[in-house]
Amino acid sequence: MSKAALSLGPLLFHWTAETRRDFYFRIADEADVATVHLGEVVCSKRAPFFDPHLPEVAERLSRSGKEVVFSTLALVTGEREMAMVRGLAEMGHMVEANDVAAIQVLAGRPHAIGPFINLFNEDTLRTFARLGAVRAATHPELPADTIAKLAKARGALEIEVTVFGRLALSVSARCYHARAHGLAKDSCQYVCGNDADGKPVETLDHQPILAVNGTQTMSHGYVNLLGELAALRAMGVTRFRLSPQALDMVAVAALYREALDGRIGADDAQAKLRSLAGPVPFIDGYYQGREGLAWSEAAE
Amino acid sequence: MRPLPYLELVCPAGTPAAFKAAIESGADTVYCGFRDETNARNFPGLNFDRREMGDAIALAHRHERKVLIAINTFPKAGHPGPWRQAIDQAAELGADAVILADIGLLDYAKRTHPDLRLHLSVQAAASNADAIAFYRDRFGVKRVVLPRVLTVDEIGQLTRAVGIETEVFAFGGLCVMAEGRCALSSYLTGTSPNSQGACAPASHVRYDEEGDQLVSRLGGVTINSFSKSEPAGYPTPCKGRFTADGQTSYLFEDPVSLNTLDILPALKAAGVTALKIEGRQRGKAYVTQVVSTFRAAIDAIAQGIGTNAPAAAALRAISEGGRETTGAYKKSWR
Repeated sequence: MSKAALSLGPLLFHWTAETRRDFYFRIADEADVATVHLGEVVCSKRAPFFDPHLPEVAERLSRSGKEVVFSTLALVTGEREMAMVRGLAEMGHMVEANDVAAIQVLAGRPHAIGPFINLFNEDTLRTFARLGAVRAATHPELPADTIAKLAKARGALEIEVTVFGRLALSVSARCYHARAHGLAKDSCQYVCGNDADGKPVETLDHQPILAVNGTQTMSHGYVNLLGELAALRAMGVTRFRLSPQALDMVAVAALYREALDGRIGADDAQAKLRSLAGPVPFIDGYYQGREGLAWSEAAE
Repeated sequence: MRPLPYLELVCPAGTPAAFKAAIESGADTVYCGFRDETNARNFPGLNFDRREMGDAIALAHRHERKVLIAINTFPKAGHPGPWRQAIDQAAELGADAVILADIGLLDYAKRTHPDLRLHLSVQAAASNADAIAFYRDRFGVKRVVLPRVLTVDEIGQLTRAVGIETEVFAFGGLCVMAEGRCALSSYLTGTSPNSQGACAPASHVRYDEEGDQLVSRLGGVTINSFSKSEPAGYPTPCKGRFTADGQTSYLFEDPVSLNTLDILPALKAAGVTALKIEGRQRGKAYVTQVVSTFRAAIDAIAQGIGTNAPAAAALRAISEGGRETTGAYKKSWR
């Protein structure tokens, strides 16, 4: 079987700088992951809070043997945000492009394609590889057969699939956290910081459906591809992303590592993840070629 | 020749009848798509087969107008045929440009048809100078349709920075999320606007009478609920009513349409080349009214007369829910 690396995706929520720092310190010391993504993906207004801690956190992660990757903003507008992207490119670490602006900046040197880039087919994958991409995270909408086709066409590129966490469904210029509080993005008072796992959104008939995270809208359920790891590896997928949520991510990483290494049975693994995830439902609809919010009951 | 700088009016056509109406109402340019999943308005009964497209191009060229063909969905892995064929046909039929979003498809078009003019679709959501430079430098893109996330000031800065033409949306349905970067519809229906070209497809829409309410659902998920006295809107997920923190509201966007009639002079001053009217899914009457109103407004500005208030009021009547917005063009929208 091919190698299988666990990767911790960028933290998408606006945790306080101290909470965020302590989270990464614990990841550095305890989490069995190969790669950790840093960098603000959702809102450039949040970045200054954590910037002072970044060098220390990156160094601690590197010292513990983890690869540090900087993820760029998912929606870049204006000169200031373009400068943020260029700044990341100069930090000496691998950079993951989440806006095409970053591909323009990174072209010609090794870089990663993030899940916010519209990568849907082999021609696009090959174009990215020509420009220096060495790794590509798949778009959340992609079904298993498309992931398989991309993995087959990958050449020297590594394919990464998100196997745990809320899926980012959209990005916008408008901040829905601010809007929900009667504010605008410019006067937001950083209300997104109130919801460590995203703000729950229900339908009129009280079905929990989405989670708002600043300018980003996410699935309510956590994607769970724990039962698909072997299938993904057989396709040639070598990297497995865990998207941080406000729960014990060290335990989640340990569980996925056990599953990848075949040290835990399928039912046990699902039961353990269920207890870690609390009341939030699981989803795997996109992977199954269905509506994204669906969950294949057979897997539980 | 029209004097420069001149705002080019780019109008939608989902049918040959709407195409003719756009030409007769004063469109400089008409955009349309083939009748399949290669374009982002892949709705039943819409779009053009090869023969209809050839006829439309001939009609436009007789009137010295231009035709752009939108091939702006993202080709499926293992199945590039329909998208490549659409590009080949557009080139053969003499389209004035193709509007593309997918990077692999741009690569194909540039390699296979080096003389075919390429426009970047809004579905690529190129929202900054570096991203636009990527498409300009790698594929020779000549015009970018800007995503509806930018203020007029930002559009001005971008247009000056990128050195290629910019086209902006002037009227019609408003994507609230960055275009081509929204999976809300596929999350509820399994059908992706990115891949299959239809947001909130009618096949997944239901209206249920529940007591004195009409409940609209998409993929079985409740999007809105209307009393008998309210007009029932279409259940596009970003235009629905949801509850957060115990408060029910139009969390993402109110049921409004984009209308820039009042800010046309500012868009012109920002240096944009072309104004785009949304609505390939709309009928001939809509196309006629919107296109002729914008034709008159653009001509009035060119002659220094200013905008036309009664025309703006008439357009309001056909806006979604009768309400309008200038959307992201004003910073306060964010």
